[in-house]
Amino acid sequence: MASEEPVYIAGAYEHPTREAPDKSTMQLHAEVAKGALEDAGLEKDDVDAYFTAGVPEHGSGLSPLVAADYLGLDPSYADTTDYGGSSYVSHVGHAASAIRDGKCDVALITLAGRPRSRGQATGSGVRGLQTMQDSFERVYGVTNVTMYGMAAQRHMHEHGTTSAQLAEIRAAASHHAQYNEHAMYQEPVSVEDVLESRVVADPLHLLDCCVISDGGGALLVVSEDVRSTLERSCVEVLGHGEAIGHQDAGRIDLSKTAADQSGARAFEEAGLGPEHVDYASIYDSFTITVLEALEDLGFCAKGDGGKFVEGGTLRAPDGELPFNTDGGGLCSNHPANRGGMTKVIEAVRQLRGEATDEVQVDADVALAHGTGGSIGTRHGAATLVLGGEDR
Amino acid sequence: MSEASRPVPEVTPETERYWEAAADGRLLLRECRDCGLTYHYPRALCPDCFSDDVDWLEAAGTGEVYSYSVAHSMSGWPADDLPLVVAYVELDEGPRMVTNVDCDPDEVTVGTRVEVRFVDVDADDVAIPVFVPAAE
Repeated sequence: MASEEPVYIAGAYEHPTREAPDKSTMQLHAEVAKGALEDAGLEKDDVDAYFTAGVPEHGSGLSPLVAADYLGLDPSYADTTDYGGSSYVSHVGHAASAIRDGKCDVALITLAGRPRSRGQATGSGVRGLQTMQDSFERVYGVTNVTMYGMAAQRHMHEHGTTSAQLAEIRAAASHHAQYNEHAMYQEPVSVEDVLESRVVADPLHLLDCCVISDGGGALLVVSEDVRSTLERSCVEVLGHGEAIGHQDAGRIDLSKTAADQSGARAFEEAGLGPEHVDYASIYDSFTITVLEALEDLGFCAKGDGGKFVEGGTLRAPDGELPFNTDGGGLCSNHPANRGGMTKVIEAVRQLRGEATDEVQVDADVALAHGTGGSIGTRHGAATLVLGGEDR
Repeated sequence: MSEASRPVPEVTPETERYWEAAADGRLLLRECRDCGLTYHYPRALCPDCFSDDVDWLEAAGTGEVYSYSVAHSMSGWPADDLPLVVAYVELDEGPRMVTNVDCDPDEVTVGTRVEVRFVDVDADDVAIPVFVPAAE
């Protein structure tokens, strides 16, 4: 809001690796932290707040202690909100609030993980029982991909969405990934390629699913006082919103996500609307994740997502709403099976004019949206509206 | 279904009656006496109004497929038990529940009428409700 102290993202760093058999997860945390500090022009000792979600290889417990110990941090403020992949989007909003409250000035957010080196078949493997709900879900062999498959099936049933429309999303992402030298899959694919890939869980094909990659990323969120000392171009955090979608006692609606609430909150805080967004990073664990979020964020009416993505809408630089210009989780990177971090990083690149030349958008306002957990059961939704320095 | 391959639900004091009823061939829901909500999965307090005055309600065991997906490959699940139909079934009492529809994938679509069956797992006094297409 206009009356609030402005808060900025001053540093953003995505680890170039996609497969790191020779590194530890904690090493990756340190490498991305160092990269973000160098990007911002800040020193390690400047960091006075630390944000991370679960450390995947160690479970979620005590993750700030494990990480702060390894990284040698002495934060006066810590937050380990864990919404799965959307966590790191929410951390930016939480850091902004903490900075405005005077609790800290330089907040470091890190993510790292090595699911690829560990051989995890994350999306299609049966997992053990952990939560109370798992006894009512995982005993049926539900997996990430069948959960999202059920969402896609319901969306198709209610709105006539087609597999070819979902495939448009992968094709657009792959169009961008061809220009990203670090992307895991750089070969452009067509709608037909997606439809001809094997079905993993009806109606989702293999190419409707994101990559499994090692890696990580880091962000630095800073106060106005700190920003004024930096030479680096910074990105302003204009709005932030969150919501949790869940089973709702048995009334779950698989055709929508909680992005309708998180997006509305973020836009209200920013005093802007979907019509002002020049570039959007949309969480893309699966193509259906993008389609539902586009509708719920208000870029088109509920049910119109399939038509909306046709005709190159999502393709940079000339589409109506260029999205995931790094290739996204579908083609480039989904480090630690948590894609919220890279969503924010690519939005920062776009607003700084530092995206790959072929996909750079003339962007003053960007949106980064995370969907964590599963839209088939319960999920976190976190939305950021970000502004360029010279907008 | 390959019953032996299924994870065994964790039975707690809060959910014991649900699992025991399933082993006895009955599907239970919970119903709030204060606000009237019928809900699944079982919880001691009503998730709408936090009342602890909640009853057990025996479901008819019938409903229709709200959505489904067919897993064609799945690590950690026996290959001879694939493809596996995972579904949300909307019970006639209202709640939608995660389950399986135990049939040829070609026999299921959104809206298919189904009825409950129970499969044993490797634990005493526990069975799991699944569904099959309803007899005409």
